[in-house]
Amino acid sequence: MNIPERVLTFALDGEIFAIDAQAVREILEVPTITRVPGAPDFASGLINVRGAIVPLTDLAVAFGMARADHGEDTRVIVIEAEVEGEPTTIGLVADKVLDVAAMEGVAVEEAPPVGMRWRADFIRAIARPQGQFVILPDLELIFAESLATAARLHNLN
Amino acid sequence: MSEDDPVAAFRVEAAELLDSVEAALLDLAGDSTNTGLVDEVFRGLHTLKGSGAMFGFEALARFTHHCETAFDRVRKGHAEASQALIGVVLSARDHMQALIDVGTQGDPMLEVAGEAILSALEKAVANSEGVAVLRPVQAERKGWHISFKLPPGAMVNGTNPLPLLDELRELGDCRITPRLDELPPLASLVPTECYIHWDIVIEGDVTCEDIEDVFIFVIDDMDLAITPLVEEPESDEPVEVLPVATVVSAPQPVAKAAAPVQESVRVAAERLDELMNRVGELVIAQSRLAQLAASVGPVNELTLRAVSEDIERLSAELRDTTMAMRMMPVGNLFGRFRRLVHDLARETGKTIELVTHGEATEVDKTVIERLADPMIHLIRNSCDHGLETADDRVAAGKPVTGRLTLSARQAGGEVLIAITDDGRGIDRERVRAKAEAQGLIQPGAVLGDGELFQMIFHPGFSTAAAITNLSGRGVGMDVVKRSIESLRGTIDIASTPGMGTTMTLHLPLTLAIIECMLVRVGEGRYAIPLSVVEECIELPAAEVTSTARRNFLDVRGELVPYLRLRDTFGTDYPADLFQKVVIVGQGRGRVGLVVDQIIGNTQTVIKSLSRFHAGQGSFSGATILGDGNVALILDVGNLIVAAQKNQRLLGERAGEVA
Repeated sequence: MNIPERVLTFALDGEIFAIDAQAVREILEVPTITRVPGAPDFASGLINVRGAIVPLTDLAVAFGMARADHGEDTRVIVIEAEVEGEPTTIGLVADKVLDVAAMEGVAVEEAPPVGMRWRADFIRAIARPQGQFVILPDLELIFAESLATAARLHNLN
Repeated sequence: MSEDDPVAAFRVEAAELLDSVEAALLDLAGDSTNTGLVDEVFRGLHTLKGSGAMFGFEALARFTHHCETAFDRVRKGHAEASQALIGVVLSARDHMQALIDVGTQGDPMLEVAGEAILSALEKAVANSEGVAVLRPVQAERKGWHISFKLPPGAMVNGTNPLPLLDELRELGDCRITPRLDELPPLASLVPTECYIHWDIVIEGDVTCEDIEDVFIFVIDDMDLAITPLVEEPESDEPVEVLPVATVVSAPQPVAKAAAPVQESVRVAAERLDELMNRVGELVIAQSRLAQLAASVGPVNELTLRAVSEDIERLSAELRDTTMAMRMMPVGNLFGRFRRLVHDLARETGKTIELVTHGEATEVDKTVIERLADPMIHLIRNSCDHGLETADDRVAAGKPVTGRLTLSARQAGGEVLIAITDDGRGIDRERVRAKAEAQGLIQPGAVLGDGELFQMIFHPGFSTAAAITNLSGRGVGMDVVKRSIESLRGTIDIASTPGMGTTMTLHLPLTLAIIECMLVRVGEGRYAIPLSVVEECIELPAAEVTSTARRNFLDVRGELVPYLRLRDTFGTDYPADLFQKVVIVGQGRGRVGLVVDQIIGNTQTVIKSLSRFHAGQGSFSGATILGDGNVALILDVGNLIVAAQKNQRLLGERAGEVA
């Protein structure tokens, strides 16, 4: 299991998620979102990040959680991720951005196959700093699955 | 793969070498005694072998070595550049490409294929050896005359002529004469320049290649002439002196073949300079703006406006310069088809001459890349089905050699690329019969040529034996049409029976920036490419409230179906009282798009949609508006197709109920 040294933690529907801090480019207040009609819920909109058009994705959709209205604390985390082998800039919605934390000395376990409401393979690992549960999502897999679903929908039409 | 990966760099270099070898081979097929071409092929193979071995492509180096040896024999006059040999080396060239593609690890399957090519090569060389004597050969070549001059600045770069001379001395018996005629007066002498050039006569068993190897690190820029020593003619008859290899730094007239296919963009230095200048000016304008922003107190309006105008002008210039850098001559594309036509001629047993015009016409790089496939298809069709067999041509009183012409020219904002054959032409009656049989047109309907020929692009129009004479003309033509339309282009067909067919592609100059009409649908703003907009009208009041199951408008007596984009995009924002209809036309007739508001025209920088939305057929891209928001660009062609599909589905469902 490849665990990043430093992570950015954020809250989503009462859960704490963590992504590799290396991948984070910037954190924005929620900009104007352009809805793409007919796009999958997971990536339903586009935003302008310094002249680049970036898809806005919502991990809450991938994990089947409730999607909160965008509030005062809502942020967009702009990350650089590999999507189908190509570096891609993607925005992630977070209910609240929490902290940048070192993972050294934190207990990390593989996601248990049972006892979760979520697809186990979407979770790379679960970290347990000070008794909390922090979910490390497998972003690459989630993005790939989303693309596959989008392609399937497109072929149906 | 990163750009500074040496293996990637080798691949780019190898691709260029292979292309120039291929071009030279194809030229050689038409002019088999051209020694310049033979040398070009040889040099290309030689370099490929050398750098291949250097980057660990062992199999490639071994394989190429055999081809190089074969061409060395041709070069030395021991063998002839026969059609068979050229054919084999062409397939060897493809094999080399495959060897480069698999990488340094190699592939046992390829080894086997390579062996087959090598044995064919051996045969081809053996067969052509007998003829070799006919070629004027410098009998008794005893040595070489070399004259060389180092490039300016060579000494600064660390080149020392003395070791070069030493190396030449090692090759054989050397007489070296320095030439001092370019030596300047002492006062203007620059100590780091080499003003001396040399004439050298070298005798002994030396090959031209050995001599070139001495100069290997400087050969590209220097003046170097290597000519074989010839005995003074004793008779009065003049003896033709054939330079075996002449390496001159000037652009080689021999290499008239198309420029190599480019993996990376090559930009004229002056265009880069221009870009650099604009960027420099922009930086200055920006610092003026920063100063204004930082100044205390009210800002002088005039000064602000002046800066704003400066930046506006600069960004327009930057746009134009950058766009110019994306342009590439069509010759790059045409060059790739020489091999295709050559192979097609072999496949079909016809003799085909390829003529190209307007190679210098420039088109956007992306357009060029995406044109390759549809054009291959069209050329294939022309050679395969358009051009008659030799017998048929003679019977029709035409020259035996069929002619395929590729031409390009610019007309206004478009580039026209025409593929013309002088074949039999398209049989109108057959097309009409087929179209009627498929129910595409009413029997007896009056159709113009243009309209009739468009039938060919209908999916599945020509299937197999249905039309013997024409079969193939329509196979996959719908795909061709779609890829041209995806470039926002169109295809026209003109054909004269017995005289030939011309397919003309109309393409936009560039894909990056287009004129758009900005509209609002619900709360979203969308851009419609202006090139497809025909007119805008108000949605008649009767239609606004209509619940009828038909969406048709009467535009000056013509029936135009329309789409309510509000429904298509599923918006629940309250509709405007006075909705507008933008009537667009693209290939498949006119369709109205109902929008809430027409905002105006704008120049739009097209950005491709993210991978998550790329499959979204309704949009071809996105753009950023003046206020920083993102607007989607409508893909009108796909919208129309989707609408037609929906309508059919609805119709079918209605049918089920009944």
